[in-house]
Amino acid sequence: MNQAAAKLPVSLAANPRLSCWVKFSSHGQVTLSPGKVEIGQGIVTALAQIAADELDVDIGRVQLVRASTAGSPNEGVTSGSLSIQQSGRAIRQACAEIRQIFLTAAADRLGVDAGALDVSDGTISGPGNVQTSYWELADEISLDRDATLDAAPKPVARRALAGQSVQRVDLPDKIFARPRFIHDSALPSMLHGRMLRPERSRAKLAELREEDARAVAGLVAVVRDGSFAGVVSETEHGAEAALKALRKGATWSAGEALPDENDLAAFLKAQPVQSTIIDTRASKSPDKQRTLRRQYTRPYIAHASIAPSCAMAQWSGDRVHVWTHSQGVYLLRADLALVLKLPVEKITVEHLEGAGCYGHNAADDVALDAVLLAKAAGGRPVRVQWSRADEMTHAPFGAAMAIEIEADLDAQNEIVDWRHAIWSNGHAARPGRAAQPALLAGFELENPFPRTISANPPQANGGGGDRNSIPLYDFPSWKIESHRLLTMPVRTSALRTLGAQGNVFAIESFLDEIATVRGEDPVAFRLRHLSDERAKDVIRAAARRAKWKPEKKPGTGYGIGFARYKNTGAYCAVVAEIQGEEDIRVKRLTLAVDVGEAVNPDGVINQIEGGAIQATSWVLKERVRFDSERITSGSWTDYPILRFSEVPEVVVEVIQRPEIDPVGAGEAAHGPVTAAIANAVFDCLDVRIRNLPITRDSLIAAMERS
Amino acid sequence: MPSIRFRLNGALTNVEADPDRLLLDILRGPLGMTGPHFGCGSGECGACHVIVGDRAVTSCDTPLSSVENKDVTTVEGLGSAERPHPLQRAFIAEQALQCGYCVPGILMSAAALLMRNRSPTDADVRSALDRNLCRCGSHNRMVRAVLRAAAEMSAP
Repeated sequence: MNQAAAKLPVSLAANPRLSCWVKFSSHGQVTLSPGKVEIGQGIVTALAQIAADELDVDIGRVQLVRASTAGSPNEGVTSGSLSIQQSGRAIRQACAEIRQIFLTAAADRLGVDAGALDVSDGTISGPGNVQTSYWELADEISLDRDATLDAAPKPVARRALAGQSVQRVDLPDKIFARPRFIHDSALPSMLHGRMLRPERSRAKLAELREEDARAVAGLVAVVRDGSFAGVVSETEHGAEAALKALRKGATWSAGEALPDENDLAAFLKAQPVQSTIIDTRASKSPDKQRTLRRQYTRPYIAHASIAPSCAMAQWSGDRVHVWTHSQGVYLLRADLALVLKLPVEKITVEHLEGAGCYGHNAADDVALDAVLLAKAAGGRPVRVQWSRADEMTHAPFGAAMAIEIEADLDAQNEIVDWRHAIWSNGHAARPGRAAQPALLAGFELENPFPRTISANPPQANGGGGDRNSIPLYDFPSWKIESHRLLTMPVRTSALRTLGAQGNVFAIESFLDEIATVRGEDPVAFRLRHLSDERAKDVIRAAARRAKWKPEKKPGTGYGIGFARYKNTGAYCAVVAEIQGEEDIRVKRLTLAVDVGEAVNPDGVINQIEGGAIQATSWVLKERVRFDSERITSGSWTDYPILRFSEVPEVVVEVIQRPEIDPVGAGEAAHGPVTAAIANAVFDCLDVRIRNLPITRDSLIAAMERS
Repeated sequence: MPSIRFRLNGALTNVEADPDRLLLDILRGPLGMTGPHFGCGSGECGACHVIVGDRAVTSCDTPLSSVENKDVTTVEGLGSAERPHPLQRAFIAEQALQCGYCVPGILMSAAALLMRNRSPTDADVRSALDRNLCRCGSHNRMVRAVLRAAAEMSAP
């Protein structure tokens, strides 16, 4: 590898060929091909802005290509708030180099110095009215060459589009109901599939009478392989009817035991674990006078996408083409290859947009379902859509967590040592990362693959259960430990923020408790323990905007929360205002956020607003329910989320820092909002809620304990 | 097979189907209208809302027979890029969504509200949209968009 590759943005180093990112057509269009996918976060718009800005073309000329293993750069998975950081930086650098390549060619053709040329909407002009364009030169310039770092992106002052709130390019389709979602896409001669899955957790299909299903009009096939079973029909209606008949003919084994939903901490702490010291910091002579110890928990949380997961697959001989809303087309392909025992070259995985997924939901699982059902379709494409109940019970959940923090205080009640321990299943079991597939159907086959036990990404990649567990505060000494469960009765994988929501809830709640012990204002207490000016700036901005701290009124409370996502990403501080009586109502969330360069400020605000509202829903409502062998929260009635009339006012201030490389905004708000609400509840009611969610029941339980 | 007649987005429509079939299934299947979305199949999320008469209803649990001789409007009948409904203009102006899967249902709930109430308050809008779920957290933008559309529609 040459020296340049070491300094290239990571996605460009992995995919250095310029032509895999950008192509020009002779009739005035630029085709941009990112490896990241649109999941409602507005990424394709921000990437188009960066490309148009760097190339000096109108954004209307930029056509985006959906990610596909047939030719897109491999950017892994669209997750971790990394798209703007990885894809954005790669596209900015690639476009800067491409612009320079065109300018050099134009200089040759026009006989002028490249430095004297300028580009305006793709037209290259120079002294004496000489001009050409990207479009004229497109056919004679090959971009089949690697990035070299020979050209630098524009300085901040010359950016025209990046930093502007450009309207999202995907919204008109969605507002005018033009088919754009995978759910609304149809292929010629497409069949419809439905899956039969057990109500009881991991029950085995003991017996299956197929006659009644086979008698349903339009039936093409009943497919069974071990406990994997489904139907294929000419119509969606026929598939639903056949599934209903098949369900009646199914006999299942008992389910596997599930933990006690009302004592998750006891369950988590009783399991075999792999323990890892995440970080330590030693001080010289802690003058410990007393120790405070608290335990915080969060439940399993469902992704609960508004759309049930959906995929299409079509076989042609020993090749299969898959359409999916997966967050990682290459990673899904790798797991499909493992299950199918096919070389990856035989499998094409192409992205089509789905509804917001908020992490690893059933998108990948349903793709394998479609591939397996399509084997029985005689070369016709099969579209499979999960039921609402399956989406809420069979998809992976965000892992439950128990977090214990101890703080040693000195005679002045200053923190001299801090110990943070996490018990949780791993937060990542995405496909494409292990020698065994992580797809649901793979565990159900007659010759099954072993069930994946979720792992945690290393701290260098942001960590998993331990994400955001290392304090950003200047405590003199600490020890952070993560205990990852080696059993997994409830399937877990990546949910927005991984462990950060739980850890920030715990740290920021505990800090508030210590500030209360000290009688110190919690904002001042935080500022005093921070040396990072960007951290202090968001806290000050949120506090100023919320007029911290408003005079205390009966029935109203205010709380603060802060974190820097992954300790390397976006800074976010929030002040929550709540009303509390029998129920808690979040009235207003005032947030300040610093993502470095905000490529699309309104896009950042939209993400922060959305994150804040989703976090409020998690905190006030959400908890996966189960009995001894069944996940029972299989509907919106049993898994309620926040409704329009319950949504707080959300105020967002973006601290724009165009000179600092951009980071993502999608997961910055969840942890701080969670803590701010809990702290506001304490401010209002003098009750510490340490077990999420904060409901009428948990308030009563906490009051009884205190 | 019985024939059920209704007006769909202004056009007289005949469907030969079992009258117990669900409206959403007929709309998305034989009639090819993919605007109304399937979300839950039990009337709990609102992604499938269409307007029947002047009310937003969940088409996923409405039998075909119940719309006989009635006016059914889907998001396709609300407006188009060429002739947008004020709500659609307002949703773009406010950038009022993230993933957008719930939006067709929300637009129809909002349109039904504006048929009954030309100048709704913030609380009226939230109450009208309370049967629609949004998972991305775009609620406040959507409420602003509905109020913007209402203001535009009632402007002289």
